[in-house]
Amino acid sequence: MDYVMQIMGPLLEGTGVTLQVFVITFVLAVPFGLCLALLRVSRFAAVSGLVNGYIWLMRGTPLMLQMLFIYFALPFVPLIGIRLPDFTAAIVAFVLNYAAYYAEIFRAGIQSIDRGQYEGARVLGLSYTQTMRRIVLPQVFKRILPPMSNETITLVKDTSLIYVLAMNDLLRAARGIVQRDFTTTPFIVAAAFYLVMTLLLTLAFQHLEKKYAVYDE
Amino acid sequence: MNSPMIHALDVHKRFAAVEVLKGVSLDVGKGEVVAIIGPSGSGKSTFLRCLNHLETIDRGRIDIEGETLVGADETALCRYVADSELRRICRKMGMVFQHFNLFPHLTVLQNIIEAPLTVKGLRRQDVLPKADELLRKVGLLDKRDSYPARLSGGQKQRVAIARALAMEPDIMLFDEPTSALDPELTGEVLRTIRELAEERMTMLVVTHEMAFAREVASRVVFMDGGEIVEARPAKELFAAPEHPRTRAFLENML
Repeated sequence: MDYVMQIMGPLLEGTGVTLQVFVITFVLAVPFGLCLALLRVSRFAAVSGLVNGYIWLMRGTPLMLQMLFIYFALPFVPLIGIRLPDFTAAIVAFVLNYAAYYAEIFRAGIQSIDRGQYEGARVLGLSYTQTMRRIVLPQVFKRILPPMSNETITLVKDTSLIYVLAMNDLLRAARGIVQRDFTTTPFIVAAAFYLVMTLLLTLAFQHLEKKYAVYDE
Repeated sequence: MNSPMIHALDVHKRFAAVEVLKGVSLDVGKGEVVAIIGPSGSGKSTFLRCLNHLETIDRGRIDIEGETLVGADETALCRYVADSELRRICRKMGMVFQHFNLFPHLTVLQNIIEAPLTVKGLRRQDVLPKADELLRKVGLLDKRDSYPARLSGGQKQRVAIARALAMEPDIMLFDEPTSALDPELTGEVLRTIRELAEERMTMLVVTHEMAFAREVASRVVFMDGGEIVEARPAKELFAAPEHPRTRAFLENML
C-alpha cells in the first residue's frame, strides 16, 4: 500500500495529461463531427463526396500514423508546412480522426429519422435549418447516445497512443515505473484509473439516456 | 368573381418512367369541401402533395388564392416562384398526413406551438391561449402535456389537425387522414373534420371513406390512372355515376 501511495504522484500526473487530451478532443471533435455529418447529407454531391473522402482517409489509416505525420512530416509539406508542438500535434490528430468517427455516428442518426418528420415540419413552414435544429437533431441525439458512449469510451483508452510523441500520459507513466522498479503493480493501478474514468463516462451517458427516455418513439 | 382558393391546371407529374399525373385540373372555391376518391395508385395523394410543393410538378400551373406557385413563363413550361415566395404561399395551406408525422420528442402542446413560435416568431404567452382553445376543440385538452407515443391513433390525428390549424391556414389538405387508424377510431377524426367543414374551412380530402365523402363533401372528385375521371356534387356522383370506371369503383367499394 505504501508503494502504491508512493507511485501515485507520477500516475496522477499522467492521468492529468490523459484527461486533457480526452476532454479537449471530445469538446472539439463532437461539434466538428456534427458539421461533417451535416455536410455529408448535403444535397450537393461534390460536398458530400469531399466529406466522404475525408472520412475514408481518417478511418482508413491508423491514428498513430496520423499523429506521427502531423508531428514529423507536416513541417516538410510545401505551402502549409508548419511545425506544431507535440501536445498540439497530438490534439490536432485526435480531433481530425475522432471527428470522422463521430460524423458517421451523426450521419447514421440523421438518416434514421423518418422522412415524414421533414414533411411534417415543412408543411408547417419550417425552413431546412429550423427543421434540423428543432425537429431532427434533438431526436438524433437520443438515438445516437449508445454508439456515442461506445466511441467516447474508446477515446479514453486511445489517448494512450500519445506516448509515440513522448508525452507522459497515464500508461506511459505507469510503464516508466514498471521498468524502473521491476514490478507490475503500476499497471494494475493504471488499469484501475482507466476503469474509474470509463465508469464515470458510462454513468454520464446512462444518465443522459434516462433523461431522454421521457418520450418513446 | 374572386379567384378560387386552389386553381390547378393541367398538372403533370412523372416518377421516373411512370406518369402519375396526366394533366389534372381542379378549382376549389372558398368554403368548399372537395373529397378526392379513387383506387390506390390513381395519383390522388400525389396530386394533393403537388399543391403544397411536397412534390414538384413537371408541367402545368398551380395558383393558390390567386397567387402563382408554379406556372409557365417566357422561358419554361413550368417554373416555381422564388423559395421565400414559395414558402409564404404554401403556408396558406395546412396539411394532415396519413401517418400523422407528429414530433415524438415534443409534447402535444409543444407540437402545436412549435411552428407559431419558430416560423411566425410569436411569443409563447401569446400562442398558449390559442393552443388551449384548439386542444379543447379537438377534445384533447387533458392530453396537453403527454407525448405522442402515449396517444391512440385517433388522438394523434386530432393533435395533427390542431397543429395544422395553429398556423391559421386558409386551406386544409388531408391525405388519407383515417387510413392508418383502427376502424373504431376513424369516427373521432372524421367528426373533427366535419366540424371544420361546418365552419366553412376550405378543404381537400383524399379519402377512402365513401360515407364521409358523401355526407361532408360538397364535391367529389374521382381519379383513376392519373386523371380526373369525374368531378361532381357528392350526391349526384354517388347516386348516378356517369362514367363506367366510377361506377365500377363505387360498386367495388360497397
